[in-house]
Order: sequence, then C-alpha cells, then structure tokens
Amino acid sequence: MNKLIRYLGLAALLLSLSLPVMAEGLLMARTDNQFPEAMTLLQSAISARGYKITRLQEVNENLAKRDFKSDMYRVVYFGKLEEVRAVTASYPELIPFLPLNITIFAEGDQAILVASHPKMLEQFFPDPKLKPIFDHWETDILAILDELRAAK
Amino acid sequence: MLLRCLGIIGLVWLGLGQALAEPIGAQLYQRNCAACHGATGTGGIGVPLALPSFQASISDDYVRQTIRLGRSGRVMPAFTQLQPNEVDAIVHFVRAWNKQPAIVYSSAPIKGDPVHGSQLFEHYCIACHGANAEGSKGTGVTFSRPRELAIMAPALHNPGFLASASDAMIKATLMNGREGTPMVSFLKRGLKEKDINDLVSYVRSLEKQPLPASAKVLQVESPVIVRDSPYDLKTTVENVKQAVSNNNFFYGRVQTLEYGFTAPEKENPKQVIVYFCNISLLNQVLAVDPRVGMFLPCRITIFEQDGKVKVMSVNPKVLSALFNNAELNPLCDQMTQSYTAIIEEATL
Repeated sequence: MNKLIRYLGLAALLLSLSLPVMAEGLLMARTDNQFPEAMTLLQSAISARGYKITRLQEVNENLAKRDFKSDMYRVVYFGKLEEVRAVTASYPELIPFLPLNITIFAEGDQAILVASHPKMLEQFFPDPKLKPIFDHWETDILAILDELRAAK
Repeated sequence: MLLRCLGIIGLVWLGLGQALAEPIGAQLYQRNCAACHGATGTGGIGVPLALPSFQASISDDYVRQTIRLGRSGRVMPAFTQLQPNEVDAIVHFVRAWNKQPAIVYSSAPIKGDPVHGSQLFEHYCIACHGANAEGSKGTGVTFSRPRELAIMAPALHNPGFLASASDAMIKATLMNGREGTPMVSFLKRGLKEKDINDLVSYVRSLEKQPLPASAKVLQVESPVIVRDSPYDLKTTVENVKQAVSNNNFFYGRVQTLEYGFTAPEKENPKQVIVYFCNISLLNQVLAVDPRVGMFLPCRITIFEQDGKVKVMSVNPKVLSALFNNAELNPLCDQMTQSYTAIIEEATL
C-alpha cells in the first residue's frame, strides 16, 4: 500500500515537472544580482554551453554619447559557427535573426534578461528540418536563463 | 476493503496535489512571471501582485483568466502554452499572498445606465484610464526610467480584462478603491451605489465597441523584408550604406555574419551585414519598451547565393506582436517604411 502511494506520488510529481513550460514569444528572467555580476554570470553560462560570444553591444554607452540617459544595458551575441553555417546555407532568411542574442539591463539592484523564444522562429520558419535546431536553442537558452535566475 | 483503499489513495492524492502545488507554482511563477511581477510580487514591469489591496479585491478566477488571456497589446502575454494544472499552480502560489478571506464574485451582470456611466467615466476616470479606457501610457515597461505613477492604470477596454473581471469585481474595486495605488474609493469621492452600477455598466458596454488601438498588435505576412539586387555583392553593400545615410540613419559598421566566430580570413564573405542606427529613434524605442534592444542596432543583410544577390532585414512589424506592446506599433510602422525604403533604394 505504502509502495503504491509512493509510486503514485512520484508519478504525479514527474508528470507535473515534465510538462512543457513556455512564455509566449519572449523568454525573460530576473536575476537577483547587480548588473556587473549578472553580466559575468551570463557570459559564463553562455560559454559553458559551447557557444562563442561574438559581440557585446554597449547600448547605454552609445546612448550616453548623445546625452541620452540609460541604465546599464548590453546585448550579448553568441552562436556556434558550424550551426550558423549549416542553417544559413539552407535557410538564408534566418540570417537577420542570427547570431542568437540575449539582452541584459539593470533594474535597480537586479538585472533583467530577455531573449526571443526560438518558438517564434519556428512559427516563422515551420520547416520540420529546422525544428531540432530550434528545440536545441530553446533548451540552451532556457538553461542559461534558469542558471542566472538561480544565481545569488 | 477496495473502497477503503481507493478512498485513502484519493485523499492522499488530493493532499499530495495540494502539497506539490506550492513548490511547482513557485517554480512556474519564477520562470514565467517573476521577470515582470518581481520574485516576491512587488511588481516592476507588471502589477505588484502581492499588494494587499489588490489581493483583497480579486478572485482566483480573475488571476486564472488573466494568465490564460493576457492583455492584448498591453505587454502581459496570453500564456496559452501552460497546461491547466500549471495555471492553477501559479494561481495557488500568487493567491498565497492574500491575507484576507478569498472572494468569489458573482458572474451575474450588474444593471445600470451605460450612458450615465459614460458621463461619469469622462468626469472621474479618464485622467488615469484614458479617454477610451485604453489605460495609461507606458504599460509599466519603463524599468529603471522615471515613472509618472507607481502603478500604471490598467486598460479597461481590453478583451483580456473584460473577460477576466466580472461586473461584481469591477464594482467592488470602484466601491473600495485600492489602497496603495491612485485608485480611490468612489463612494468616498461622493458617488452613490447607483452611479457605480452605471459606471460598471459603461465599462461592460466597451465589449461591444471596436478594439482601441492600445489593444491591437500588428500582423505580418512575412517576418523578413527581402528584395533581389541586380548588382554584385560589393556594389549592393555600398548601395545599402549610401541608402542608410539618405534615410536619416548613420552607418555604423559592415561585418560578415561570421564576425567574431572565426579568424577574419575564414569568415564567409558572402553574408554581409550593414549595421546602422538613429540614436534619437533608439532612445525613443527603448523608452517605450527596453526589451526591443535585442533587435538593435538596425541591420540589413546582403548575401550572395548561387550567383544571386539578395538584400533583407527583419520585418520590424513582428516586434509589435512579439512584445505584445501596441505602443510600439507606430514605431514599427515607421521602421518598416524606413527599412523598405533603404532596401528598395539600394536595389533600384
């Protein structure tokens, strides 16, 4: 009897946790770290998943040059060369959406991260051949954001 | 014996469900809601869900419907991908912030005079909620920038709100106000219960009116703008740079897509991106919605494949629906016109 209850409980728990979770259109996370620490954590989380960071767009600096005020704000571009080559050779219409990027900006003592959901690309480019790569990007971006969310 | 076993299993199942709902709800809340509403419901981009007066005036069903339907054009997305049990777990988690007895509102319509309600609305409500009940400007997405109000007045003329809030809930909010927000009790402002019924009736009548611009997001036929170029790659890149300047942007840099991935000599020279910007426009866009930064700076791609050169860019209209922010619509339209003009000028 106890075993049965334990199995049922475990099954319910696994079922609940394995259900798909997706925010619409955008993936967002708030991290309880100040911007500089969050930025370091973000770059580390991206690199840990085998991606190369190709550029850091310094948005607030560019605004400041024209006397516009903004809090700390960066766009981090990243990708894997072979993936980018393979996907754009067959689907050049994806070039405007690449490299992948995550936007990060300060929100008081915290930082907010935003990325477009790879499901958005799937809607725009519904070829089933692309689905595995979109799924893989989704998994990685979710993991990166989860890591930042959990970091204290 | 069997019945007793099944009964015990049922009770354990219910208890287990309750016990699991909170940690799963917390996990789902952190992943789906905390970025906007704050980890502890203090708000930010979204409503401060933990505010006692807010919690005291809403029902579980209002939260459930809001998660499911969102607020079209007002940033809060419709979480259609969440399973019903996931939505319930989030509702359970969010409602744990309520320290008052839970309210269940009647779904019965409240009778009133919408014409008189409209007059009262014009006198008492438009300063915060807008002339067309479209809500205050800003939609909360101002992050660290200065805010006029701690809480943005919600859009009442929004299909998500009208489907989530019952007449009784709207009436209770008008009667009691919401402490800690600019929403005051209209009984204290001198209105009678009949007046409040008229106001509720007017708000409900908005369902039959055309959607205001604040609840509309732009639809696109194609996520990219593409044109064939009659020129070779090098000439087309120069044309794009010139067209960028001719259209009031400053040209920033030219890089291949593979810039930063590999040594410059190994980059594919047939996938070129021209980056450009208009700082004033950038500031304007980020003030409306800072999340748009992921599509900045502006860029146009020129690529050659099988001897043919094409020029293309993201269609800026996709941003309206992606960010669910109708305030971006005019800027998206403007950017689409600019991108199209640049691409067509370069390929003329």
